[in-house]
Amino acid sequence: MNTPSKTAKASESLDPREELTDHLGALRAFALSLTRNGASADDLVQDTIVKAWSNIEKFERGTNLRAWLFTILRNTFYSDRRKRKREVADPDGVHAAALFEKPAHDGRLAMNDFVRAFDQLSPEHREVLTLVGASGFSYEEAAGMMGVAVGTVKSRANRARARLAEMLELEEGEDIMSGPDRNSLAVMGRSGVAAA
Amino acid sequence: MYSDMADEKSKSSIKEQINENLKRVYEEALQEEVPDRFKDLLAQLKAKEGGK
Repeated sequence: MNTPSKTAKASESLDPREELTDHLGALRAFALSLTRNGASADDLVQDTIVKAWSNIEKFERGTNLRAWLFTILRNTFYSDRRKRKREVADPDGVHAAALFEKPAHDGRLAMNDFVRAFDQLSPEHREVLTLVGASGFSYEEAAGMMGVAVGTVKSRANRARARLAEMLELEEGEDIMSGPDRNSLAVMGRSGVAAA
Repeated sequence: MYSDMADEKSKSSIKEQINENLKRVYEEALQEEVPDRFKDLLAQLKAKEGGK
């Protein structure tokens, strides 16, 4: 009795497991934003699918299935990470940012520079930016998924943006779209640009 | 006062630029093909369920 062929109230009575396929792409994109590595992302998605399948009775029908799946995925990611404990704790990415070689941008933010900077962020920062900046979840939804207060989501997102801006030399007061002369920018250095 | 306004303006433009790039990174990941192993896995899970 697994596939109800024709049912009156389709979305209500359909097994949500039938809908998992629709979310695979988004799960993988989210996993990539956390792991920044294709193989690890795929493993994470695989674990998420198995967990979602076997715990489907915990999914509240009528709520956002994608948000539920994302929650499983990020919880799995962080618990795996705690178990391994290989990485140096650097939740704000301070250490990583210090090692970052600043781009020589000439008024336009190049995609590869952005990706390089994004890679340097902590997973916590990549997570919050992906949820609220890229995948279109609200701060409230993100707070639910991350298991923190809405205010925490907002301040974490602000810190993550500030970190990116710092790495990419998007200083306040510097309008990078106006494209200052590349040479004078290099000569002035960061403090000069900020004061300009 | 003027510089406060300028700061606010550049802050929001930085935020916009960052969001734009975040969306591009995410969209690129979304456009990658979903590996067959996930569909196979779902089929396996479903078959196991049916066999009970």
